[in-house]
Amino acid sequence: MSSDEQHKVLVCQGTGCVSGGSEKIYSLLQEQAGRSDGGEIHIKRTGCHGFCQQGPLIVLEPEGTLYTRVKTDDVPEILQSLLPGGKLLDRLFYRDPLTQKAIPKYHEIPFYSQQERVILRYCGSIDPEDIDEYLAVGGYEALRKAILEMSPEEVISEVKRSGLRGLGGAGFPTGIKWEACRKAPGDERYVICNADEGDPGAFQDRSVLEGNPHSVLEGMIIAAYAINAKKCIIYVRAEYPLAVNRLKIAIEQARRNGFLGRNILESNFTVNIDIFQGAGAFVCGESTALVRSIEGKRGRPKPMPRPRTSEIGLWNNPTLLNNVKTFANIPLIISQGSEQFACKGTEKSKGTAVFSLTGKVANCGLIEVPMGITLRKIIYDIGGGILKGKAFKAVQTGGPSGGCLPESMLDMAVDFDSLKQAGSIMGSGGMVVMDEDTCMVDVARYFLDFTRRESCGQCLPCRLGTKQMFDILDDITKGKGKPEDIELLTELSEAIKKSSICGLGQTVPNPVLTTLRYFKDEYEAHIKEKKCPAGVCMTQKEST
Amino acid sequence: MEEILFEEILSSYRGDRSELVPILQDVQANLGYLPEKAMLNIARFIGVPESHVYSVASFYAQFRLMPLGKKRVTICRGTACHIRGAPQILGEIEGIIGINEGETSEDLEYTLESVACIGCCALAPCLKINTDVHGEMTIEKVKELFPALEKGESDV
Repeated sequence: MSSDEQHKVLVCQGTGCVSGGSEKIYSLLQEQAGRSDGGEIHIKRTGCHGFCQQGPLIVLEPEGTLYTRVKTDDVPEILQSLLPGGKLLDRLFYRDPLTQKAIPKYHEIPFYSQQERVILRYCGSIDPEDIDEYLAVGGYEALRKAILEMSPEEVISEVKRSGLRGLGGAGFPTGIKWEACRKAPGDERYVICNADEGDPGAFQDRSVLEGNPHSVLEGMIIAAYAINAKKCIIYVRAEYPLAVNRLKIAIEQARRNGFLGRNILESNFTVNIDIFQGAGAFVCGESTALVRSIEGKRGRPKPMPRPRTSEIGLWNNPTLLNNVKTFANIPLIISQGSEQFACKGTEKSKGTAVFSLTGKVANCGLIEVPMGITLRKIIYDIGGGILKGKAFKAVQTGGPSGGCLPESMLDMAVDFDSLKQAGSIMGSGGMVVMDEDTCMVDVARYFLDFTRRESCGQCLPCRLGTKQMFDILDDITKGKGKPEDIELLTELSEAIKKSSICGLGQTVPNPVLTTLRYFKDEYEAHIKEKKCPAGVCMTQKEST
Repeated sequence: MEEILFEEILSSYRGDRSELVPILQDVQANLGYLPEKAMLNIARFIGVPESHVYSVASFYAQFRLMPLGKKRVTICRGTACHIRGAPQILGEIEGIIGINEGETSEDLEYTLESVACIGCCALAPCLKINTDVHGEMTIEKVKELFPALEKGESDV
């Protein structure tokens, strides 16, 4: 390998790789690179590379070599391999799970080559704790363009034209929300970034915050300019300490560089960003509950009929609430234009979607794909199929508010509307693959166990309904199910959907309804034959 | 000593009721949990009824009303962890350290709890001991992580 080019060693510092010891690897590399005399080696810390399962990950630039499952003991040899005449370490290469063939270059690995990274474009290549690296790839240029060259109305119409829909799950058109918020009467206005990623089985918002926090800040500042807000709040889970820390650093750096605070870029525009740490309540993903929690109250949704948060939100003022990934898309839409953004995706769902691909799939990790891609492509081409050659059974999207889809739906295009039609939802991007060893009744029971704990208890259908549904499912998994249970579950589901006051209650039955719709035979086997086809449930022989 | 620390914590707040959640987080970060007396003082400081402080403290999963053990073991019960064997991992740990989920050992050595999702789904099943995340857990790895206890030594 040539010695005149500067070598870069990118060390992933996402939560997954950190748990494998990547902080220690990073500091050892830095320490020992200083001592070697093999020319310039730049050791760099980056955010999540996405392929968490293979971590700790290291990428060698400019060649694009990926080292997987790196250990501290590998450090001296990694540095030696970069010296003139050094040999790459093939024991650290990624190996195809089926053929065991080594694939040294990361862009040739199917997990990466099939993705289209837009929101995640710099996650894994820039140092999230160094604003200069973000600036070097054009960071804050969109803010400059918005504030110095565009009126707030022009910014809003650009976002509207892009067709961007809220990536928190519901898919409400972003530009329309911004416009409503700008037009709503009120003295003060707020922008809130919802980073309270409470769905079990999802970590995409965390990865964006950890990997490229400035892209989210830039999107928020542009939003504040568009709706005329002076204050922004990032509502982030306290369970994400690394993300909180990187945000604090990023906010401070943005302030020092004149992108935040008074008279941004010497204009008349002034805005600040604060961090609020969510104290752990799934229901706070609901906008009115989130707002109440910032106000220092219990996070319970406002009763019906309630005004939209964009009109009457925090402290009763117009409040714009968007998800992390929605904000991360904004700088790109402003700098490259809405047409460029709208090229990707389907007619009604533009752009890309970020998923946490996990469960019984060979390649787990964080992925980004254009809207409209099929589930099959995600699971088999990017995910590498099912672990250990087992048979696919279902894929769960949208977390506790979503549903389980069977094999017959694998060729469905993934977007907001098709998933909803199938009985699931896009949600914020959790995608959990299940194989023949997963019991669908147990999965339904699992979700109801979660929602029964997380129900805020305010309205009866959700509070008692989830408990009743859980008890019935629990009985079925224990072999105490009765033939009439299936009908009762359906009836309860419909009632809870119709009469709960917030989005949590209205979507709680989805895991039960979809498993009943697509996997009814499994329920019947539990109830009639007292058997769990997947061998998960501890079906007892004797009945009560 | 707690009193002085408590005064110090409150001195960085204005005493506005919207500061309740951050104050509770701050107090808990320093004291490890929310003692009854601290909640009474917080109520006075921000000028709300004590019942309001209690209602907020008991609503959010993050807040503890009892002291925590020195080693806080958090099992992830996220979806990916669930289908990859988290219930078995939890059962194994319960057996080794001799307390159930949600409990703290009498000698305040261990607290065993579960959380909706740690966010390391690609490394499922995973758990946390204090702030360290351990991924791709197996029964064997549990035995490695809690070796002393297996022999019945629960000393410090």
